[in-house]
Amino acid sequence: MTAAAPARTLMGMFTNSLDAAVAAADAGRPEPVVRVQGLVKRYGEHEAVRGIDLEVHRGEIFAFLGPNGAGKTTTVEILEGFRQASDGSVWVLGQDPWQAPGSWRARLGIVLQESGAEPGLTTRECVALYAGYYPSPRNIDETLALVGLSEQADERAAKLSGGQRRRLDVALALIGDPELIFLDEPTTGFDPSARRAAWEVVDGLRRLGKTIFLTTHYMDEAERLADRIAVIAAGRIVAEGTPQTLGGRQLEATRITFMLGAAADLQTLPPALAQRLARDDDGLLRLPSTSVTADLHALSGWALERGLELESLEVSRPTLEDVYLQLTSGE
Amino acid sequence: MFFLIKRLMRLRRERQVRVAEDGSASVSQDGPSAAARGPLAMVLHEAAYDLRISLRSPRARLMGIIFPIVLLVIFIGVFGNEHTLVDGSRVSLKVFYVPGILAMSIVVNAYASLVISISGLRETGVLKRRRATPVPAAVLIAGQALATVVNTAITAAILLVVARIFYGVTFAGPALAGVACTTLVGTLAFASIGYAVSGMIGSQEAAQPTVQMTMLPLWFISGVFIPISNLSPALRDLADVFPVQHLSNSLHLASVHASFSASISATDMLVLAVWALGAGAFCAWRFSWLPAGASR
Repeated sequence: MTAAAPARTLMGMFTNSLDAAVAAADAGRPEPVVRVQGLVKRYGEHEAVRGIDLEVHRGEIFAFLGPNGAGKTTTVEILEGFRQASDGSVWVLGQDPWQAPGSWRARLGIVLQESGAEPGLTTRECVALYAGYYPSPRNIDETLALVGLSEQADERAAKLSGGQRRRLDVALALIGDPELIFLDEPTTGFDPSARRAAWEVVDGLRRLGKTIFLTTHYMDEAERLADRIAVIAAGRIVAEGTPQTLGGRQLEATRITFMLGAAADLQTLPPALAQRLARDDDGLLRLPSTSVTADLHALSGWALERGLELESLEVSRPTLEDVYLQLTSGE
Repeated sequence: MFFLIKRLMRLRRERQVRVAEDGSASVSQDGPSAAARGPLAMVLHEAAYDLRISLRSPRARLMGIIFPIVLLVIFIGVFGNEHTLVDGSRVSLKVFYVPGILAMSIVVNAYASLVISISGLRETGVLKRRRATPVPAAVLIAGQALATVVNTAITAAILLVVARIFYGVTFAGPALAGVACTTLVGTLAFASIGYAVSGMIGSQEAAQPTVQMTMLPLWFISGVFIPISNLSPALRDLADVFPVQHLSNSLHLASVHASFSASISATDMLVLAVWALGAGAFCAWRFSWLPAGASR
């Protein structure tokens, strides 16, 4: 024991100086707010998270997507300091979350996946209670206004609707004026208008320059809100990118679909189009295209010459949903 | 009395609203936060809100304030003309039931209410959310304990006033100081046991039956409902192991003695302290802020 201790100290000094060297090399780039390398989380024999790497930068809205049971919440709770990593390194705001002090928590806002209302307190009292936990909180009334709960300030929190409760959760996460906010499935179970209202709140946070780590299983939510997306499936990151480029989405062929009357003779189509064309059982014609402008020009020119109407004409890119289902179905 | 407090609070709130309406700015300035003013301010902040939460809980009001008063009225109504021996003095059962029911109300407020409310707060994720903030665990516990002390003090005051006005049961001044000390030690001990027991309970549904099963039998063998002189020696020995008997015994002493030193039992306080420390050690080992089933 006693002989090992100095050796450990030496090791510590060595890794510290190594870290310093790496930091010096990275000096040009700002330190990421979240940095995860080789994160593994085991529950007994089961590996819930199997070695993932993540980086989230300041001011970014980062969406972490994945089906239920993929390791999403486990990962987030490790980043929040509620669970201990089995292996790998985790840095959040420059600290290991499992050993971080209270002052670290003051820089963090957390919206848990599920949390009840403080019983008996009004909306404003809930926010005032949490404001007392932070050394320099935001203004209570302004924060209520930001999440759109000024009208409900004196109502009992337990009596708020589901969407209003979630906005109160955001207010409680925001009251400490955090640099980094975790939103764990913030709109699960919402009706469409409540979701839109919640998205507007996130837009408000973006304008405040907050870094946001968002988990969700709604593609449209990630597409609407996120600057960058990572997809986790069965404990591994299967794709990472912007909403436009995730899973090579930008490289995939655009689809042109249309219908034609019975009179049309497809044999007269330019051969370049004809060989790519496929017909569905319900008569819908699909044309995968990598040069949309030229193909549309050729197609519409052909139809005009013959006085045909391209019915139900649509040009569509693969949706993020398509990409996501493709990415997560492999497992 | 409680409704009086509530009415005063409402009046004050209405006045604050009027002031807010007079001022043209709708955003009121917040002073420096409790956390910025230091640990003591944080504990007071937490206690103020915990107290508000429990005073607004219909369950806590019913169990902690109304139920003991109802039992006091019933027991004195049924047995009030009979007599028993307390620490060698022959007293009316009226005098016996006041400290007995006082002990019961302390157990209900500090133990039962706390177990039920903590397991509720934990299972709904409220405790987890509080722990997601920089607030130290010690502040949450101290705040909760302080709120509980205020709660039992309010109930004890109401019971003593009812006993005096309706049944003419009075305590000597120094004996009242003894009651106050016993109440304080008892409240802290049972609050500590409450934290420990809530750590053993997996769900909010289990809280109510667990509380009833642990409290009810002890009330019958600890001089709360039945004078211990009526019990078999074996039952008395059994009751001596548990804390309720020591709380009620010390309170009974205050009802028959006039001096401070005779109206509080050092031995009983020591036993309560040992229980409190044991429960505290259990909490340090087992208590979790996260809902059951959340593995780390």
